[in-house]
Amino acid sequence: MTTASDRAPVSTDGPVVSPAVAVEAVELTKRFGETLAVDHVSFRIAPGEVVGLLGPNGAGKTTILQMLLGTLLPTSGVIRILGLDLTRHRETILHQVNFSSTYVSMPASLTVRENLMVFARLYGLQHPKERVEAVMKLFEIADLRSASGRGLSSGQLTRVCLAKAFLNNPRVLFLDEPTASLDPDIADKTRRLLRESRDQNGTTILYTSHNMQEMEELCDRIIFLHKGRIIAMDTPKAVLAKYGQANLEELFLLIARQGVAP
Amino acid sequence: MTWYRIWAIFTRHFYLYKRSLSRWMAIFYWPLIDLFVWGFITVYLRQAQPLSEGGKPVSFIMAFLGALILWDILFRSQQGISITFLEEVWSRNLLNLFVAPLRPIEFLTASMLMGLFMVTTATLASAVLAWLFYSFNLLVLGVALLPFILNLVAMGWAIGVVTTAVVLRFGQKAEVLAWGLTFFFQPISAVFYPVEVLPAWLQPVARAVPATHVFQGMRQVLHDGTFPVGELLAATALNGVYLAVAFLFFYWIFAQVKELGLLLKVGE
Repeated sequence: MTTASDRAPVSTDGPVVSPAVAVEAVELTKRFGETLAVDHVSFRIAPGEVVGLLGPNGAGKTTILQMLLGTLLPTSGVIRILGLDLTRHRETILHQVNFSSTYVSMPASLTVRENLMVFARLYGLQHPKERVEAVMKLFEIADLRSASGRGLSSGQLTRVCLAKAFLNNPRVLFLDEPTASLDPDIADKTRRLLRESRDQNGTTILYTSHNMQEMEELCDRIIFLHKGRIIAMDTPKAVLAKYGQANLEELFLLIARQGVAP
Repeated sequence: MTWYRIWAIFTRHFYLYKRSLSRWMAIFYWPLIDLFVWGFITVYLRQAQPLSEGGKPVSFIMAFLGALILWDILFRSQQGISITFLEEVWSRNLLNLFVAPLRPIEFLTASMLMGLFMVTTATLASAVLAWLFYSFNLLVLGVALLPFILNLVAMGWAIGVVTTAVVLRFGQKAEVLAWGLTFFFQPISAVFYPVEVLPAWLQPVARAVPATHVFQGMRQVLHDGTFPVGELLAATALNGVYLAVAFLFFYWIFAQVKELGLLLKVGE
């Protein structure tokens, strides 16, 4: 993996100190007209913690991720990332954060290497060529460096997007269904990389997935959302014990079909 | 060949028109633009002899070729911004860009530079071809050429920034603007004919368009060889105002987009 020196430079509006809390949402609320998409959600994620955000479709997962990334303004509430208020220090924070989603892609007319170089420049990396080579090797896409996006399978494209997400060696990583289109082998390798990033670099990871087994295996804690509200937030084992379910799959079905009071 | 399958495909596309004002507008837009432009050109050609009295006779070939090349500068400049943005929309890359530490002004500046690159390349090619095939030397416009170009580029930027903002807010249904909005200004920009050819009530509107002053200035240079100071000052002042308004409009729309969470949805 990489060292802290590979990280993107910190912007001029103040350095990011080592905070006790990596991601903090306080009474986060988002309303779209009459629809309350996120309803007074509060949570804290410690540095180096892997937290899974799960819930049925429309539970508010993507809305929360968008607000944490600053691409969607909350109706009310406060977001602090690495100890800094997102509203006031967005640029500083974004140098230390990255994101990947199955719902976004990259220009298909550019080669894998060109795409990654664009983002390496956007994050102001000091040694962009070396870093791009490193992440391509990390995600086993080095042999695709000259391939255009059109020639990639969806699994390969997902790996390119994940490589992009690791370019600036982020301290906080937001992932929206990162393993959705990967075959079991690459999905397993991706989970291993996420664990290594956490263990070696202290990367904080918040991610969504519909793969419940993956959630149980990878997450230190899970945040279970239903209709925009947190109904459970604890270790997977503790949440399962609370609801008397054998695994997250069963718990998910129970909540999606019957609803459970928080 | 079976008619029910043909009917199925026809209805598949007709459904799009049921709810799309922009598609209906596109049907009428280009014929109307052509009608106005060529209609006013015809009026100009009828009146051309009196207009050229008192100075050198206007060479229609020179005026038309010059106008065509300069018009393309305006169009390419706008396209540079709009297409740069649409490329990100089509490739579902917009969210990737804006979760990076990229400011909207940086994105717009890069797009404007892209517009400048497209303008430079296209203008050089057009100018060389016009010289080779029609013996028209764009440099006949003299020292006024550079301010002409800069003003057209600036107006193209302003239109490009506005169209980008509208597509950002309304998505792909507003894409038609990226291809056609500049041409909306063609009939009233006095590109191929003097502003005096337009009906009296339309002339003040035309004079509020920066490009009008550039094309009036171009004809002044070709007609009597004088430097069009007044026209250039007017074009520059108008461009300053419109660029400022365009940027304010973009930031206003960008705030709405962040309020509504449209960055993720703009390509849908």
